[in-house]
Amino acid sequence: MAEMTRRRGLTGYLLLVPGVVWLALFFVIPFYSLVAASLFDPGGSVFSGYEMTWHVQNYWDALKEYGKPNSWSDWGPLLRSFWYAGLSTVICLVLGYVLAYAIAFKAGRWKNLMLVLVIAPFFTSFLVRTLAWKLILGDDGPVVSVLQAVHILGADGRLLATPVAVIAGIVYNFLPFMVLPLYASLDKIDHRLIEASGDLYANPFVGFFKVTWPLSLPGVVSGTLLTFIPAAGDYINAQLLGSTNQRMIGNVIQNLFTDANDYPAAAALSMILMVVIIAMVLFYVRRAGTEELL
Amino acid sequence: MVDRPDPTAGVGGARFSRRGLLKTGGGVAFAGLSIAALKLPMFGVSGAKQDPAQCRATDVSSSQKELIISNWPAYIDPRKKSTSTTSVFQQRTGITVDYTDDVNDNAEFFAKVKNQMGSCEPINRDMIVMTDWMAARMIGLGWIQPLDAQSVPNLHQNLIEPLRNRQWDPKRTYSAPWQAGLTGIAYNAAKVPEIKSFEELLTRSDLKGRMTLLTEMRDTMAFMLRVVGADPDKFTDAEWSSAIERLEKVVASGQVRSFTGNEYIQDLAAGNIVACEAWSGDVIQAQFDNPDIKFVTPEEGLSLWADNMMVPNLATHQANAEEWINYYYEPETAAKLAAWVNYICPVEGAKEEMEKIDPSLVDNKLIFPDTEDLADAFDFMPLTDQQSQQYEGDFNNVIAG
Repeated sequence: MAEMTRRRGLTGYLLLVPGVVWLALFFVIPFYSLVAASLFDPGGSVFSGYEMTWHVQNYWDALKEYGKPNSWSDWGPLLRSFWYAGLSTVICLVLGYVLAYAIAFKAGRWKNLMLVLVIAPFFTSFLVRTLAWKLILGDDGPVVSVLQAVHILGADGRLLATPVAVIAGIVYNFLPFMVLPLYASLDKIDHRLIEASGDLYANPFVGFFKVTWPLSLPGVVSGTLLTFIPAAGDYINAQLLGSTNQRMIGNVIQNLFTDANDYPAAAALSMILMVVIIAMVLFYVRRAGTEELL
Repeated sequence: MVDRPDPTAGVGGARFSRRGLLKTGGGVAFAGLSIAALKLPMFGVSGAKQDPAQCRATDVSSSQKELIISNWPAYIDPRKKSTSTTSVFQQRTGITVDYTDDVNDNAEFFAKVKNQMGSCEPINRDMIVMTDWMAARMIGLGWIQPLDAQSVPNLHQNLIEPLRNRQWDPKRTYSAPWQAGLTGIAYNAAKVPEIKSFEELLTRSDLKGRMTLLTEMRDTMAFMLRVVGADPDKFTDAEWSSAIERLEKVVASGQVRSFTGNEYIQDLAAGNIVACEAWSGDVIQAQFDNPDIKFVTPEEGLSLWADNMMVPNLATHQANAEEWINYYYEPETAAKLAAWVNYICPVEGAKEEMEKIDPSLVDNKLIFPDTEDLADAFDFMPLTDQQSQQYEGDFNNVIAG
């Protein structure tokens, strides 16, 4: 009997091994190297080598260069990233909630088909999907011509290389990450609860805010996190659909690493991004009162 | 009593296994760190300088008839045909060529091979093709093997004059141009009137927000230096600063839509932009589909560059690589290649051979420029490591917004 308990205890740990090894190799070690790189002496170079000198000043320099707004219209890449990611998340939430609600409550036998359609874009690559948006939003493309015909856009107006295109791209690419968790929580809601609210003379509007919305909160929280976190670090949409004035923090980090070969600044900026995101997420999850999710 | 589970045994077992786990986990972590330590030292990154005389492999060319090449995409005539330049090379020499077009961007390729090359480990390639400035950087870092001049007589005999005497490899000891090209301006003649100078590209209001520049620092900054009256071959820090300031102003005004690599050509064809800084070969290829796309060499001067074949350290088939270089410096082969690739052919005598292949290309100045045309072509001054980092950083700050 004792033998069996011991074996059972061991099994649990053995099951952990693959995951732990994976994380150690592909998260802990790279993370450690990133922290070290962010503290390199900026006087070094890729050619002559870098020394780790605990040069904390790198963080301050990176914040000064990329973290502060340059003017009212130009927020700098760091703040711009959070603004784009935040706005995209809100748009995703509105679009995604309506869609998930429709699938969970109104789709009937079309439910599975609609879920497949939500996931269908994943069958093509991220890059190809974003390039397709370039065609759709192109200066000679269908969207711009229609908007010009109804005089929403001027004759020389454009969508590509504007914040509209970048945010549209982000919303499109991350929408499924919002819809799926929302659907999962909405689908679990017991219909009788909503009927009960009607029996208690709540109109559908009050019923929604007193019953459906609170019960779907876990989906809202995980959906917004799954959208916001990758959106804040995304650089493909800004790269392909934006211009110099829409560059996000991901573009800056990528450029610093590959083109400028400035490892300390790039690493410090990555760390700043990570810390800010973690702080925001913790605050948000606290406020939403759904710690059990994490 | 016997049947009752003994809680302490379970806990003890768990503790035992946990300790065991920590041990193995520690072992794994240690092994992981030791692997990491080879490439990413615990603290700091060691220098990337190597000595090509020390860091070299034994050449097995005579016994292994193989050659592994990394080149840029769409940079060779279709290889499968039996009459292609590669097939003829294979038939003639018996060398099997393993050709991959995995070079998309100089900086990206550098980042990809940096860890191996910087610590004298093989990258399993016998030949790589890099643009001038990256070739200069790699040669400077000691990553490139010198070519045996005896084995590449055609190179020294047939290389066109303008590509000789480059500051970073004056005698072509380490590098052989594969193709060359010009950096200039491309525009869509159906949409905007002719653009004559870089200054116009930066200021004309009909191009506002519909124009792109290149992310390659040297390409764009060479013209910016010219615009502020400096010489890219030799400039001072003050001149550099004024060129950067000028670029900053242009970007702030909203004139530049974005900074791009090769993808400007799709935007130009799709009508998203009407003008851009461009490489000559891309433009000639685009002209086949859309004759309205024009290439101009700006009034500020000609920016001539080349992509260079080089043998990296620890390549095991250097003699085969030299045979390849020598073959592609035969005028006939060069003409066959140029007829397909449409960049500037670096081989003297190819123009005469082109008469037989495609007479319509013989007078194309973008494939066979006159030596006089190239006389005032400029080159970008070689930079020290510190300068390179500083300038790339300055440029990056402007294009990063």
